[in-house]
Amino acid sequence: MYEIRIHSRGGQGGVTAARLLALAAFRDGKYATACPFYGAERRGAPVVSFVRIDDHPIRVYSQIRSPDLVVVLDSSVMETVDVLQGLKEEGTVLINATHGMDVGGYRTYSIDLTGIALRENLVVAGSPILNTPVLGALAKMDIVSVESVTSAISEMFSDERNVKAAQAAFQELVI
Amino acid sequence: MLTIATGNKAVAAAIKEIRPDVVAAYPITPQTEIVEQIAEYVTSGELDSRYIPVESEHSAMAACIGASVTGARSFTATSSHGLFYMHEMVNWAAGGRLPIVMANVNRALGPGWNVWAEHTDSLQERDTGWLQVYVSTVQEAYDATLMAFRIAEHHDVLLPVMINLDGFTLSHIMQSLETVELGDFVPPINLPYAIDTASPRGYGTLTGPNDYFRFRWDMERSMRDSVAVIRETEDEFARRFGRSYGFTEDYHCDDADVVVVSMGTIGKEAEVAVDQLRREGMKAGSMRLRWLRPFPDLDLSGRDVVVIDRDYSFGFGGVLAQSLKAKCGVDPFSVIAGLGGQEVTYDDIASFVRDRRIGEEHWFGVSD
Amino acid sequence: MTEIPKEEYILKCTSACAGCSSSLILRYVLKAAGEDTVLVIPACCTSVIQGIYPNTAMNVPIYNVAFAAAAACASGMSEAFAKAKKKTNVIVYAGDGGTVDIGIQALSGAFERNTNFLYICYDNEAYGNTGMQRSGSTPTGARTTTTPGGKMHAKKDLAGIVAAHNPPYLATACSAYPMDLFKKVKKALSIEGPKFIHVLAPCPPGWRYPSEQTIEVGKLAVKSGMWILYEREYGKVTINGPSKAAMIKPIPIEDYLSVQGRFKGITREAVDMLKSQAEKTAKHLKLEEEGIC
Ligand SMILES: Cc1ncc(C[n+]2csc(CCOP(=O)(O)OP(=O)(O)O)c2C)c(N)n1
Ligand code: SF4
Ligand SMILES: [Mg+2]
Repeated sequence: MYEIRIHSRGGQGGVTAARLLALAAFRDGKYATACPFYGAERRGAPVVSFVRIDDHPIRVYSQIRSPDLVVVLDSSVMETVDVLQGLKEEGTVLINATHGMDVGGYRTYSIDLTGIALRENLVVAGSPILNTPVLGALAKMDIVSVESVTSAISEMFSDERNVKAAQAAFQELVI
Repeated sequence: MLTIATGNKAVAAAIKEIRPDVVAAYPITPQTEIVEQIAEYVTSGELDSRYIPVESEHSAMAACIGASVTGARSFTATSSHGLFYMHEMVNWAAGGRLPIVMANVNRALGPGWNVWAEHTDSLQERDTGWLQVYVSTVQEAYDATLMAFRIAEHHDVLLPVMINLDGFTLSHIMQSLETVELGDFVPPINLPYAIDTASPRGYGTLTGPNDYFRFRWDMERSMRDSVAVIRETEDEFARRFGRSYGFTEDYHCDDADVVVVSMGTIGKEAEVAVDQLRREGMKAGSMRLRWLRPFPDLDLSGRDVVVIDRDYSFGFGGVLAQSLKAKCGVDPFSVIAGLGGQEVTYDDIASFVRDRRIGEEHWFGVSD
Repeated sequence: MTEIPKEEYILKCTSACAGCSSSLILRYVLKAAGEDTVLVIPACCTSVIQGIYPNTAMNVPIYNVAFAAAAACASGMSEAFAKAKKKTNVIVYAGDGGTVDIGIQALSGAFERNTNFLYICYDNEAYGNTGMQRSGSTPTGARTTTTPGGKMHAKKDLAGIVAAHNPPYLATACSAYPMDLFKKVKKALSIEGPKFIHVLAPCPPGWRYPSEQTIEVGKLAVKSGMWILYEREYGKVTINGPSKAAMIKPIPIEDYLSVQGRFKGITREAVDMLKSQAEKTAKHLKLEEEGIC
């Protein structure tokens, strides 16, 4: 089972990113679950979501304690949250940043998702939408296939800019 | 069609398939998505139900009652404080023999405010005359909602049915969902004694002790008869749609020396614990209770029983543990766990089994 | 000039959304009420933004209670304080849903019984806590998650309903006019009996406008006449300055609607309904102020 923990702030689309990722994995023919951990917080507070991907039905509902991959959509949450908590030794980090980052000695991929969202004009109520671009990066990392990312995004959103943003991220991420 | 959905969305999708005449509901965390999705279906024209955006849950159930007694099919959904606020009408629906279906998203009760999973809300409604089923996956939430209408409206039953799903843990998780085309699986509703101006009757009129007593006995008889209707409905569902259910979901119970009994999502997590314990050489099994009312006959004799209650009856004990004691003559290790959304992992469940103290009660994380 | 006290009773660490006017309103309410005050809060955004146990962002006792129960609970508190000869202010701070919908029975009962308390309804025109579903106070045409095509029904006339109970003091206010609100709370608390203040509370995520425009949106509501600031003391109506000015020279209500995403795609009929409702309310209040009706 491959376990992913996504860190973001309420309103940034971390929960939707988790759902899109599960949908894409599902379109790849895998079993997948996505569950947000909801605190009683309002917009702007740090939130985490969990995605599990497996070849067998998934019967675990509790939170992910030792993820294989940590995705950080907003690096400012790292000031208050230990995003690396429980990350497996051979685990990976994907972080939304304008420059390359080394996080705690883990294999780390950085990509400017915010920049991509702004370029594609994916902005809702003043905040750039990160949930679709991040899927492109995850496809590049081979977590899910790029075809499934495209179909998952088009299933959930009619606006084509979302698919374009994901494609841009796929191109941009250096592996 | 195979898709992916949350527990809440699965319930709404089932409602879209069932097409109730009237839906009356009031939002409450973590049920809100059901109400929102149904409102969306109605607005877009995908569902031609009359949707009543009531001002409280008391009114939600009252509106369902008003609709139902005319012979219409009605549905509502709620959770925790919403369920308590409608409690008077919850009784009324059952006593009025109205086959209303309600989804309850299990949540703890205040104070202090807590929006996370716990079963005490629906368990406090266990004596109202509603049938109650507890589900553990998105698929099961969908399937159980479809079956609920057929069971409730069956003339041997004519009692309301409550589908219970764990708040957040199930209501908000996304899993795969296979939707079905219902065909004639749920026959058109045909309520005997529906309101009809051509044959005027008084409903709920002042009733003396003897008649009243007989009505209560009728309810109990129907509750007993519902066992066969549930079986027959689940069998027919399996035949048509290929997924079978029962009063319990048993996992490696046949040869088990120790059985974990629980309800809801913890019951799924318990299966993972059983795999772990079996790897360690322990003959463990898991029995997830699905139907709490009517309460099934369970054979648990000759083995150790560990019961996980996500609920509590103060001064009495875990409701499930006490029910098993009374109904099955077992003396379980009673674990109270998961109240207010407390995390209970398969590791925790495995350790309940390893460290079981038969006949005792244990509050996970706070006692000893 | 009235001085607003420096004391803060609501700490900056609330978990309210950026640009939340409801927490701003509460800040001024507490500054006006002072420390000898108890807040009674039914389920609403305020039950969340005050923080999670064991923390609280409030510096006065705050009693959280079930959604429908605030006014009744406050009745008990008020009578108990009276019995103990205490002068403590009992203030219900409730959302529109907890007031016009599920809480209206308790509200009506408390006003009919002449309970000595202040009831403040902060009106963000939807159920904010649960993620913006319609309430009885949502205006016609506004999109919420349960009215995705825009609300068909009209906004309840809450002030009218409360006025029918003939309370000694009733006022409306708006978060964009904090001094006006402050004075109204002060005045209300100087009066015995049931007092009511209905405060318009623009809400960025619910009304869908950028959070830094919260004050502007509140001002547009008043300037367009969609929200009228007035007081009703022992039945006598006084329309307050900003609304007086707006009645002489209102800005088009479209200026108020167009800055909010929730009114996107609103139909002409819905706009006309909002307009005629606003005009009717203004006309009625003016006649009342002049003592004509
Ligand atoms: C009996 C009951 N029903 C439903 C709820 C869920 N609930 C909590 S707050 C809320 C909406 C509150 O809306 P409003 O009063 O307008 O306050 P706001 O959240 O907008 O501040 C709802 C529906 C509840 N807590 N209790
Ligand atoms: S939803 Fe609106 S009222 Fe509630 S905390 Fe956010 S801004 Fe304030
Ligand atoms: Mg509100």
